[in-house]
Amino acid sequence: MHLGLDEPARECQYNPICTRNSSSMETSGHKKKRTPRRKWQIFPGRNRFYCNGRVMMARQTGVFYLTLILIMVTSGLFFAFDCPFLASNLTPAIPVIGGVLFVFVLGMLFRASFSDPGVLPRATPDEAADLERQIDASNGPSGPGYRPPPRIREVVINGQTVKLKYCFTCKIFRPPRASHCSLCDNCVERFDHHCPWVGNCVGKRNYRFFYLFILSLSFLTVFIFAFVITHVILRSNRTGFLSALKDSPVLVCFFSVWSIMGLSGFHTYLISSNQTTNEDIKGSWSTKRAKDNYNPYSYGNILTNCCAALCGPLPPSLIDRRGFIQPDTPQPVSHSNGSSMYNSTQLQSHMCDQEHCIQSTKFVLQAAATPLLHSDPVMMGGEGPTLPGKSSLGGPCASLTPSQPSLPSSMPGLGCAGDMLTLRDPDTHCHHHHFVSPEETPSPGPMPLTLPCPAHMTHGGHMNPAQLYDPASQDSLHEDSVRGLVKLSSV
Amino acid sequence: MLYPTQTHSLQELQQQAAVASKVYVQRDYNSGKICKFQTKFPSELESRVDKQQFEETMQTLNNLYAEAEKIGGKSYLEGCLACMTAYTIFLCMETHYEKVLKKIARFVKEQNEKIYAPLGLLLTDPIERGLRVVEITIFEDRSIGSGR
Repeated sequence: MHLGLDEPARECQYNPICTRNSSSMETSGHKKKRTPRRKWQIFPGRNRFYCNGRVMMARQTGVFYLTLILIMVTSGLFFAFDCPFLASNLTPAIPVIGGVLFVFVLGMLFRASFSDPGVLPRATPDEAADLERQIDASNGPSGPGYRPPPRIREVVINGQTVKLKYCFTCKIFRPPRASHCSLCDNCVERFDHHCPWVGNCVGKRNYRFFYLFILSLSFLTVFIFAFVITHVILRSNRTGFLSALKDSPVLVCFFSVWSIMGLSGFHTYLISSNQTTNEDIKGSWSTKRAKDNYNPYSYGNILTNCCAALCGPLPPSLIDRRGFIQPDTPQPVSHSNGSSMYNSTQLQSHMCDQEHCIQSTKFVLQAAATPLLHSDPVMMGGEGPTLPGKSSLGGPCASLTPSQPSLPSSMPGLGCAGDMLTLRDPDTHCHHHHFVSPEETPSPGPMPLTLPCPAHMTHGGHMNPAQLYDPASQDSLHEDSVRGLVKLSSV
Repeated sequence: MLYPTQTHSLQELQQQAAVASKVYVQRDYNSGKICKFQTKFPSELESRVDKQQFEETMQTLNNLYAEAEKIGGKSYLEGCLACMTAYTIFLCMETHYEKVLKKIARFVKEQNEKIYAPLGLLLTDPIERGLRVVEITIFEDRSIGSGR
């Protein structure tokens, strides 16, 4: 386990370095005040944001770029090789229509990929506590008759009983048709599916764009395919089939035509019956499940269902991505990661006193001893760059937060580093999720992983350290290890 | 001696009073997926506000949300127009939903100023809580007791 013990010790330079750091922290603190952060920077889900919060996508975007490349290459080849011939021999309307279709497809793709699918913001701590109280209250003496388990609520919608489940990650009861996407770690309203081709979840707010995208893409592929065949046929009348074939990209769209058309057909069926992919796959409203099972959300006829899905009002985003973080805004409960704590410590003040630094050093040493006892190899191989290990004592904290790109080289600055950590690239907040199982778990992840830096605890007085780190169980062992580490570092 | 209620303004509440507790009014999903909040009167507010007044506020709020989500001729027109312009039209104009949300924000603010703040309560616009709950903050009464 790399604790940096073999690194040349930086000595216990806590006092002098701390004051230097404190002055630098003050200035950076002042700078922080001038550039207020936006809410997307502390968003607890596993999403990526671009253009200062305007664009929101899932974490894995590789397949989206593939989609984009495939569309552009196919269309590009069509416009380059087939259109000149077709425009001159048949009609110039062909490239025009092709162009319009192409632009529409790309527009819909971008809209589907970049917009918020309908993410439900996580509960604030007060809300979560209130819900927990209600759940506990309902756990009272069991009465006669059937009572659903406490973390499920039943509602009757249009005569059909629907179960609302409690989401452990977001700490809310999910509205009907909402589902938690494990890839993005968000609850999404009217969750359809997570589409890797589009690089985003498909939910209430972007379902119509997704549908229009696949519909227009199927028209485009059929269009290109048809006219490429026409081109080949016309050309083969003059030059011969094989040489005509090599001049045009036929095969490229042949396979995609069937799969895209199939997908469009499937989604047309879903829209007309007002179901989501999720519901269809699970057979939620299938009569095979129960004789009197029916879809309570359907409007009854196909046309109304289609109109409602495609032309209904577009609800606004519930996560205010580009809003500024207000100092008194309650931060949502993040499921075992430290991002909310970073924010709250940032907002508490941060004059790094010498005393604070010494205190925080002790805390870190104590916490560092914890991984000594419960060593967890996962942390070490963290995906972020590991600390260069400039200081022996910087090591332990780095091991706890492997994805923080850089901590100040002197450890005592860690108390003040609470602020610096908040300056990091917001992506690092997401790194924590990699260590927590993407499935919902009722209990927080393994303790050492969730400890961003115990130094925070000295600043965020309102935070309950017991939630993160229970010193009670490790007293004498810690004392010894602390003494040991301090001696080693002072060599 | 009764203190005039006007002295207890919204800003004073937010700046000076301490939060005693928060009450959450959850969504009512029994009418389907439309946004509707339970109109049941929470017991913690019994001592503070008139039941009928509260239920009226909630009912108006529900009606406003129903108006936002209404599917009818106008919303279809807006949807079709948006589709034909490839949704670029929303760069210039607001959706109907957004307009109603602004109306709701004004309504909540007005209710707070006129009715709830003088009683030491504060309604939070549900959009700030993701349309999940209506959060009602109950402030401690100590500032009312102090001499002014």
